[in-house]
Amino acid sequence: MMQIKPVQPSRPTKKSWISMILTLVLLAAVFFVLLGLQGTKNALVLRIARLCAINITLALAMNLINGFTGIFSLGQAGFMAIGAYTTALLTIPAGKKAMMFMLTPLIKPLDTLTLPFGVTLIIGGLIAAGAAFLIGVPCLRLRGDYLAIATLGFSEIIRVFIMNAQGLTNGAQGLKSIPANATVWWTYGVALAVIVFMALFTSSSYGRALKAIREDEIAAESMGVSLFAHKMMSFMISAFLAAVGGGLLAAYNGTIGQDMFRVIQTYNVLMIVVMGGMGSISGSVIAAFIVTIGQEWLRVLDGPINIGPLHTQGVAGMRMVVFSALLLIIIVFFRNGLFGTSEATWSAIGTRLSSLSGHKKGGAAQ
Amino acid sequence: MATFLQHLTNALSVGSLYALMAIGYTMVYGVLRLINFAHGEIFMMAMYLVYFAIAQYLMPWYVSFLLALAITALLGVAAERLAYRPLRDAPRISILISAIAVSYFLQNLATVVFGGRPLTFPNIPMLTSVMTIGSVRISRLSIIVPLVTVTLLIGLMLLLKRTKAGMAMRAVARDYDAARLMGIDLNMTIATTFFIGSALAGVGAIMWGMKYPQINPTVGAMPGIKCFIAAVLGGIGNTAGAVLGGVVLGFVEIMLVALWPSLSGYRDAFAFVLLIVVLLAKPTGLLGEKTTEKV
Repeated sequence: MMQIKPVQPSRPTKKSWISMILTLVLLAAVFFVLLGLQGTKNALVLRIARLCAINITLALAMNLINGFTGIFSLGQAGFMAIGAYTTALLTIPAGKKAMMFMLTPLIKPLDTLTLPFGVTLIIGGLIAAGAAFLIGVPCLRLRGDYLAIATLGFSEIIRVFIMNAQGLTNGAQGLKSIPANATVWWTYGVALAVIVFMALFTSSSYGRALKAIREDEIAAESMGVSLFAHKMMSFMISAFLAAVGGGLLAAYNGTIGQDMFRVIQTYNVLMIVVMGGMGSISGSVIAAFIVTIGQEWLRVLDGPINIGPLHTQGVAGMRMVVFSALLLIIIVFFRNGLFGTSEATWSAIGTRLSSLSGHKKGGAAQ
Repeated sequence: MATFLQHLTNALSVGSLYALMAIGYTMVYGVLRLINFAHGEIFMMAMYLVYFAIAQYLMPWYVSFLLALAITALLGVAAERLAYRPLRDAPRISILISAIAVSYFLQNLATVVFGGRPLTFPNIPMLTSVMTIGSVRISRLSIIVPLVTVTLLIGLMLLLKRTKAGMAMRAVARDYDAARLMGIDLNMTIATTFFIGSALAGVGAIMWGMKYPQINPTVGAMPGIKCFIAAVLGGIGNTAGAVLGGVVLGFVEIMLVALWPSLSGYRDAFAFVLLIVVLLAKPTGLLGEKTTEKV
């Protein structure tokens, strides 16, 4: 049972005024960091930074359904695949498409159709939300772990479909030469929009209904929350966001294939969500940075290591072993993650800081 | 007619393989109410162990089988001890994530230790050679697999019904807290359950390897999920149900592909459709007991 926090009384205006200024300062700082990133010549830094932003979007998509609504869905990879293939098919130039689809030509309107990147992200999201609706009708009636398996199954079905629908997805060959639209502005713009949306949404009456469902379905239902409608809404929005993240990932990668959207992709995102805390937006954001940068940094492990007399040969995949062990350790020993269900708000940080300094001053205050 | 018999024996052996693994799921679910996501990876490990014992260390097949079974059974017990036991009193979602983490870890570990390159399961002519009965050509395996399944199932039933350990397992599955109050050693009982379940997955893996000989780190994922579905189909927590579910799933899969070969690409999707249908129509499965939700 998770602890239910009492509703916080509305804060004094002076404090909210300060936190607004602090937020603006933070946003300005983020803007200048991004501006710096945009101009950087370091391709590696640029790659990792953009991947961080994409992972924020993906993690928040999963957190909405798994963390805030308490529905353990494992369908993320399938929705990401829908978004990725939509964006790829709608942005690759016609000539390149004709070259790629050698076995079976691409079906009619798609073979010459190209649309602006932003539009394709939204279309991908809408298709995924539609798929989520179809999947949700049977699945959302299931209990806990059955739902996990059923959604995982649908994610696999989407992958099997991609593998077999030669004329739509180019089957096992995958898609290449996807225009590199996932710039710093796009990735961070989307991530920021998703963060703002999640913050507003989870504190709205809908968001509170979702949290009520998470804490106790039966109690929520008896308070008049329509379980099915709210679960469905959360599931569809989550699918939409996951597909947007998938679309960004396709543009970031340049090539996609069905192999990218195996269940392990869902686990990668789950790792971020669990580490940050299921039900914490700031947790997911921070964990997205930690995991993405950490995975890059641990690449050292894949190469040969020499520590004094110790020499190990490089083993590809070692960092993933370390990471999965880390996930195991987090869930066994720190199962609330970094933030649990709480958020890093300015007032929370302020309280933490003042309690630290108060502690330093010793017993004077007491 | 001959092709039909061919499909029939094929369906029976695939179904028996599913059944063996489904028993592991159903037993663990019975005592812990946990979908052991790592079951498929235990299965994968068993295939690798046999491969290395035979191909690398040149052991005779029966020695390598026994060794692999022992190690996989211990692996299952170790997973329970390290990843599930500390979370026994945690929210169910935590232990589910822990199971996912074990599965994720074992897959990555296998990639590093055994290499991502696909390997070929060693051929054991004594067990896999093809015989001709009348007009039907069948592999010895198609007979061995159902036989082994039935033998193991009878053994398991005797164990569950006649021995003290079996009674303890049934008691824990029925009521966790009451069993503890009656002085049953929970840790021991749960460890035994994992031991038996993982060993059965090992047996399933060995026979699966002889039938479908490619080995790679993700080889256990699909059979793992399908066997869970088989367990749900039969009524999770019910051993006989798991066998029935496995056999039904095997038949449906093989027969659908046999009747509509154009659908063979979608073979892996059938199981999930079947799962949804069963869960919506009869959520407790074919042989499951009716449970009431307590508020």
